[in-house]
Amino acid sequence: MFDSVLVANRGEIARRVIKSVQASGRRAVAVYSEADVALPFVEEADEAVCLGGAAPKDSYLDVQKILAAAAIADAGAVHPGYGFLSENADFAQSVLDAGLVWIGPDPSVIRSMGNKINARNLMQGAGVPVFAGTEDSVETVEAAAVAAEQIGYPVMIKAAAGGGGIGMQVVRGPSELGGALEIAQSGALRSFGSAEVFLERYVDSARHIEVQVLGLADGKVICLGERDCSVQRRHQKVIEEAPAAMLLPEQRSRLHQAAVVAAESVGYRGAGTVEFLYDVDRGEFSFLEMNTRLQVEHPVTELVTGVDLVDAQLRVAAGETIDLPPRVEGTGHAIELRIYAEDSERFFPSPGTITAWREPVGEGIRIDAGYREGNVVTPHYDPLLAKLCVWGKTRHEAIARTRQAAVDFVIEGPRTNLDFLREVLATDEFVEDTHDTGLAARLRPSKKKE
Amino acid sequence: MSEIVSAEMVASVWKVVVDVGDTVEEDEPLAILESMKMEIPVLATIAGTVSELFVSPGDIVQAGADIARID
Repeated sequence: MFDSVLVANRGEIARRVIKSVQASGRRAVAVYSEADVALPFVEEADEAVCLGGAAPKDSYLDVQKILAAAAIADAGAVHPGYGFLSENADFAQSVLDAGLVWIGPDPSVIRSMGNKINARNLMQGAGVPVFAGTEDSVETVEAAAVAAEQIGYPVMIKAAAGGGGIGMQVVRGPSELGGALEIAQSGALRSFGSAEVFLERYVDSARHIEVQVLGLADGKVICLGERDCSVQRRHQKVIEEAPAAMLLPEQRSRLHQAAVVAAESVGYRGAGTVEFLYDVDRGEFSFLEMNTRLQVEHPVTELVTGVDLVDAQLRVAAGETIDLPPRVEGTGHAIELRIYAEDSERFFPSPGTITAWREPVGEGIRIDAGYREGNVVTPHYDPLLAKLCVWGKTRHEAIARTRQAAVDFVIEGPRTNLDFLREVLATDEFVEDTHDTGLAARLRPSKKKE
Repeated sequence: MSEIVSAEMVASVWKVVVDVGDTVEEDEPLAILESMKMEIPVLATIAGTVSELFVSPGDIVQAGADIARID
């Protein structure tokens, strides 16, 4: 159906996708910005087309340039990776209109899940648990005050078009509402092009649990287990695990069921993730959002299930059948550390030239890296350098192996968050699996400059 | 007393939030930089009056580059 795939992304995920594209016997086409010319993914592709300048709007976010590159390289399909245009329904539609195969769900599904208010309402309608929140966007302080009283403080203000933790505001009482609403609206407008925001009950102690689903070509949705992504800094994940060992079997099966219902209710095709928040104090789950793409942390699911998720995406897009049971059982435990070019104290970006890069080796270790020694990490893109993924027979063994691998990983040049990650792995909370999403903030309380 | 406030890292200038002549308190934001998809405020190191601005939105600044002078 298609014998070549253009990978509309960069760094580690472009490299990851290229690998499975080539393993499937297809030709992989990379696109890159001038700043990324020396990165491994450009070299490893069968063909590479330069899009233009370093700024994302001049390269990885430029739909016309990407479509032109697909035409030049005679690509038959487009894989968007994550971030950039991966959840842009208009881009998906443009790819289809150009006569190419889109490796992802239908643009209408991306659109309906992309608006978080709409997604919440849809899920509520399908019987998926959803925390108290507004069913419409909230425009004025007066409306926000009424809604917040009904929901009960603290509340969270979120961008309807948002994601990635950007622009979220926690409001603990009426006096904070006006300021927070303004910040959330202006942040939403700037980051997502829409000032639409909504309110949702805020949970002080929460775990982030998400379920990997795969919608097959024949309409069936299978479940590939869950991941626990509760170690976060600035509402962004830094450590992920599969499975979520803290779940009781009964909770796990209810979550899997809810995720499958959620995906089936929108006719989902391909790899997707249904994210839930678990309220530790009340013992309740709530639908958070559905990511209509491959997830950064997909390797932990691959390590425990043995399923190549990118290959599965290619098969679904090609209309092939996949021989997997409705519930894929995992074996053992996997942990992923996101190694960022940022300091371990304040999590401030730290671009620069990589002067040394030595990856750890050992049983159960998998590294998805975007860079190698000599590469320059620029300020134009997100700070992810590599994902250190480690499998063990038990969570205990996985932690022990991960700790050693995190010590053995040498990256010099840009500062990295490796010290911070090692510190998290050594906390009692993490080892005992009693942590919540506030762990990073407790280890690194924001302090005023002395 | 006069002090020059500088950038902590290579970044692009997203916003300059003060004008020359503005009075600022210590720790008040002067500009907001953007690097690796993160917004980083540049804060006044002393209280005083902004006497000079060295950057405009869209500029790329290196670590240590001058952002503003406060008198």
